[in-house]
Amino acid sequence: MVIGERKPFEEILKTLEGHKKILVLGCGGCVTVCLTGGDDAVRVLSSQLKMSRDKDGNPLEIIEKTVERQCDPEYVEEIHDIVPDVEAVLSLACGAGVQYVAERYAKTPAYPALDTTFVGGSVKEGYYVERCQTCGQCKLAYTGGICPIARCSKSLLNGPCGGSTGGKCEISPEVDCAWQLIIDRLRYLDQMDRYEELADIADWSKNRDGGPRKMIREDFQR
Amino acid sequence: MAGSDFEPTIVAFCCHYCAYGAADLAGSMRLQYPANIRIIRLPCSGKVTPIFLLRAFEKGADGVYVAGCMEGDCHFILGNLVAKPRVIYAKRLIAEVGLEPERLEMFNMSAAMGPKFADVAREFTERIRQLGPSPLNKKFQNKKDQAA
Repeated sequence: MVIGERKPFEEILKTLEGHKKILVLGCGGCVTVCLTGGDDAVRVLSSQLKMSRDKDGNPLEIIEKTVERQCDPEYVEEIHDIVPDVEAVLSLACGAGVQYVAERYAKTPAYPALDTTFVGGSVKEGYYVERCQTCGQCKLAYTGGICPIARCSKSLLNGPCGGSTGGKCEISPEVDCAWQLIIDRLRYLDQMDRYEELADIADWSKNRDGGPRKMIREDFQR
Repeated sequence: MAGSDFEPTIVAFCCHYCAYGAADLAGSMRLQYPANIRIIRLPCSGKVTPIFLLRAFEKGADGVYVAGCMEGDCHFILGNLVAKPRVIYAKRLIAEVGLEPERLEMFNMSAAMGPKFADVAREFTERIRQLGPSPLNKKFQNKKDQAA
């Protein structure tokens, strides 16, 4: 899932300066799972905003709503009755969601309440780690299911480097050396021959370096 | 800091299996404790989420506390240990808003601790009295404005 972290409260307050009535819009997708953008997060942030502005004698009227997903036009459409009544939309979605709201409602500013941080998963409830960097060319078949792009600090394709010590990365004793994990896993799978093969130079144009990407399923095009 | 006429409004989220029973016992024991406490009974302190606590402050409470079972004694095994980090997190949330984190606290007690319930009520009320009214306590602010 896409992991988002709430922006500092002060920063959110600053973006809302001058507005008297806003829509705080949650997203029922990834950010609900990582506890930062769902219905509960909408209520908590709205309550904080109301209190903070009330305290300063500059009340803020808030409409709270959470849609299924903000990265889908059909769900963004659900707020079309509300948007004309508000001065701005504060979105608790990832960057994609905020942009969908901004594109659909061109006359109303859409502000992000989250910093979209990474694609990852949960270790346990409330604890999330990065696992994928959306490089566009998945190499997991050759690396024992452990991603060298996302998990090696240098994104090395033929690792490890000299900074690997005792299974840990030189950047921090808390960070596992991804290549140590890869080698251990390949050995366990009896696939060390895959480690012996040199990985080709990556085609980074399939990563963000090639500009904005798209994916089209022809059978769904009408 | 606070005016002498300030009587804090305090919301206490009490677990049914301990603090609520302790409050009842305090009553049976004829123990005196301040009338500032508004008790909300919960099936377990683990029912508390940050929004419960924020709403209380939003509606003008000067102080809020959660009272759960002694650690290790939760009727639902882990409820009070779930509540504890949530209260700590909510302290950060109210600090962001500009309220003193001391206005929020978690206490642990058993249903047999009537005197402890009364002590906590007294001490917490005194703490909030020292901090003064919450800037969101409209009732007090209106009274002050009328007096002026």
